[in-house]
Amino acid sequence: MTDTNTSADLPGGDLFTLGAPIADTKAPDGPIENRWTKAEFNNRLVNPSNRRKLSVIIVGTGLAGASAAATMGESGYHVKSFCYQDSPRRAHSIAAQGGINAAKNYNNDGDSVHRLFYDTVKGGDYRSREDNVYRLSEVSTRIIDQCVAQGVPFARDYGGLLDNRSFGGVQVARTFYARGQTGQQLLIGAYQAMERQVANGTVEQFTRHEMLEVIVKDGKARGIIARDMVTGEIETHLADVVVLASGGYGNVFFLSTNAMGCNVTATWRAHRKGAYFGNPCYTQIHPTCIPVSGDHQSKLTLMSESLRNDGRIWVPKRAEDCGKDPREIPEADRDYYLERIYPAFGNLVPRDIASRQAKNVCDEGRGVGPLVGDFRRGVYLDFSAALARMSEEAVAEKYGNLFDMYQRITGESPYDVPMRIYPAVHYTMGGLWVDYDLETTIPGLFAVGEANFSDHGANRLGASSLMQCLGDGYFVLPNTIRNYLADGPFEPVSEDAPEVVEARQAVEDRISTLLSINGDRTVDSFHRELGNIMWEYCGMERTEEGLRKAVDLIRALKDEFWRNVKVLGSADTLNQSLEKAGRVADFLELGELMCIDALHRRESCGGHFRAESVTDDGEALRDDENFAYVAAWEFGGEGSAPVLHKEDLVYEFIELKQRSYK
Amino acid sequence: MNLTLKIWRQDGPQVAGRLAEYQVSDISDDMSFLEMLDVLNEELITKGEEPIAFDSDCREGICGMCGLMISGHAHGPEVTTTCQLHMRSFKDGDTITVEPWRAEAFPVVRDLVVDRSSLDRIIQAGGFISVNTGAATEANNLPVSKPKADRAFDAATCIGCGACVAACPNASGMLFMGAKITHLSELPQGQAQRDARVVSMVNQHDHEGFGGCTNIGECSAACPKEIPLDVISTLNADFRKAKQA
Repeated sequence: MTDTNTSADLPGGDLFTLGAPIADTKAPDGPIENRWTKAEFNNRLVNPSNRRKLSVIIVGTGLAGASAAATMGESGYHVKSFCYQDSPRRAHSIAAQGGINAAKNYNNDGDSVHRLFYDTVKGGDYRSREDNVYRLSEVSTRIIDQCVAQGVPFARDYGGLLDNRSFGGVQVARTFYARGQTGQQLLIGAYQAMERQVANGTVEQFTRHEMLEVIVKDGKARGIIARDMVTGEIETHLADVVVLASGGYGNVFFLSTNAMGCNVTATWRAHRKGAYFGNPCYTQIHPTCIPVSGDHQSKLTLMSESLRNDGRIWVPKRAEDCGKDPREIPEADRDYYLERIYPAFGNLVPRDIASRQAKNVCDEGRGVGPLVGDFRRGVYLDFSAALARMSEEAVAEKYGNLFDMYQRITGESPYDVPMRIYPAVHYTMGGLWVDYDLETTIPGLFAVGEANFSDHGANRLGASSLMQCLGDGYFVLPNTIRNYLADGPFEPVSEDAPEVVEARQAVEDRISTLLSINGDRTVDSFHRELGNIMWEYCGMERTEEGLRKAVDLIRALKDEFWRNVKVLGSADTLNQSLEKAGRVADFLELGELMCIDALHRRESCGGHFRAESVTDDGEALRDDENFAYVAAWEFGGEGSAPVLHKEDLVYEFIELKQRSYK
Repeated sequence: MNLTLKIWRQDGPQVAGRLAEYQVSDISDDMSFLEMLDVLNEELITKGEEPIAFDSDCREGICGMCGLMISGHAHGPEVTTTCQLHMRSFKDGDTITVEPWRAEAFPVVRDLVVDRSSLDRIIQAGGFISVNTGAATEANNLPVSKPKADRAFDAATCIGCGACVAACPNASGMLFMGAKITHLSELPQGQAQRDARVVSMVNQHDHEGFGGCTNIGECSAACPKEIPLDVISTLNADFRKAKQA
């Protein structure tokens, strides 16, 4: 086990040190189906009149942050909510397209809480925690009830009841959806619930504010330093507890499906203050994105995974056909490779597998679409069979807005020509390490939604992120955080306390440094270069050699950044280059840790594919003997190696086995 | 292609703005309008000039953060968001004027960035269904007929970008507000607060400095999500009924 204090025998052991094991000590024991009920009862209560005296800071207003703010506000706590956008309604959860899972079994197709639990653990390649995932499955049904009550317009059948569809990695239809805009509708529901609390005075809303530091006093999180992005003012906000709901860090790759502003700063700043970072190398590559069209590109656009329900994925059997019009390639010359390799799941295999196989066929030279360099990066997602089977109206009803979006971006209509898709960076399963209560290793600092690491293991099933974010925000956090808040009232913190002054000073110093370097290179040019390194060496396939190279390249780039970045303008106005510079500085540090984490995990699992660890038929090969643990990284100090703490994953209810979708 | 851009520059809300002229070259058809501005900004920074501030985030047409008046049209010549407007909609040699949303209720923050928090305050005034977390009934206990569900959905797709306000000669926010009222009024869950909601939201709308609706229809024509004009009829009908109640 992990009782030695040496990393020498681990891959990349020269780049980190090994710390003491870590464990979640808060999940109750007993039958797994009773644990959450037990925790809800055992967690102490805060009586309504005391709640008014307690304050909560929530950073981020996506599904997790807005639902948590609304629910905590309804309970009577004083909530301060922060987002960098001009309105909470714009958080990137809004872009989720496909749907949200829930074990309702409305279709009588054999679904259950236990099956959702099983599918999620298996889908995550046995690298998530049983307790957390079971609880997630359990609260899933209540999420749908809550959202419907708020007026979220889910798809309905002609009897007026809710409709479902299926998603990658599962064989039941448990996904609730609102056309291709499920994230938008759920977010608007949570946003409206939160705005209702703003009107009630329980939630105070700070838009165009960016959190730049956590305040830790007497070992506890007691507030944040934020910058008002309009006036540039550096503000101190104190509270009894801090919740980070600040999303994922896929933008470390520059090109990703994340919104332009998504960043790692909130969680990275917390990491530097003592919060462990869990499994940073777990990045989900989404299989169905619109391929890159050129060097100018600023982001990638997702096409909902739900398209795989009716679209068939193929490439030509012969490389020489790849330049042809797909409509002129006869059926016999097409390779429906997912249906061929995985007959049981076909086009509905999980995301990691669909992505990897797309890469494989393109690497073999059978990719389609325009040549980028001397390479074609794309596979067909073909709706001709669906259009023949269903009417064009029926296809439009299900996927119309996605088809329109595709046509707008590429100039081609999927009704006439098969879509072209290619994998792209999407969701990050890693994030701040949290225990069963969603509390980080800094007492009083909680992390919810994509900002934490806990529920998706090494790969996330489709339609599960919305479920986790809303589950955390509406049901889990409000019921765990009260156990912490029951210790209140907490001693007030003065704005003059040394910890506060120091945090504030650190923010001011960083900003003035960025503005004074006045080098030659734009912030974006550094970000693009970092993204290229990450995609090349820490993307869909990783090797020991590549990752070592990436660490060196990132270190050199970071060094150049602090010598040669050019940030114009001043600190006391809206300054978008300054905002980006601070975020890219943090991405540079995170990128290095991601590579070290990927390097030390010499197994393939989920979204982490190590070329050194494959089965005879080329599938990802897990190594449960040596790697059935969460890697929780502690910040080692400026210029020092990070410290690895292992949390052993214990499977009591699900048997660990090689994943097969064949 | 090569283009001439006339772009609104304004250092802050209290400072007078002006149109500044820029040339861009080698713009490809596949670029989005915002990527074209990114290219210009990279050039400006390299030259030591401050880049043009503009809002954008998801860049896939759903967050509602972006929004520019492009040669007099909200979001430009196509019915879409600015981030989904591609340069294939323009021709080599074109001169394009780029301005922020213009409305008293949307004060300019800097350059092309405006403050749309007035829209949040309209939602705070009643754009929700009051249901505390945990108080919900089993979801399928509330059947909704498909036509009603579809109409609620069509209205609910509003992204709050503010193009309707920018396009309206009266700077009215009634399409935005009508979309929310229609979304919630079509659903059984929305009935309890139906009257109170519309009165409170209309009062807030007027208080924020938005203009009244005179049925010109520019709002719906400019709406990237094609919110139908008749949501304003629903709003007016609900308002009248609430006032008579």
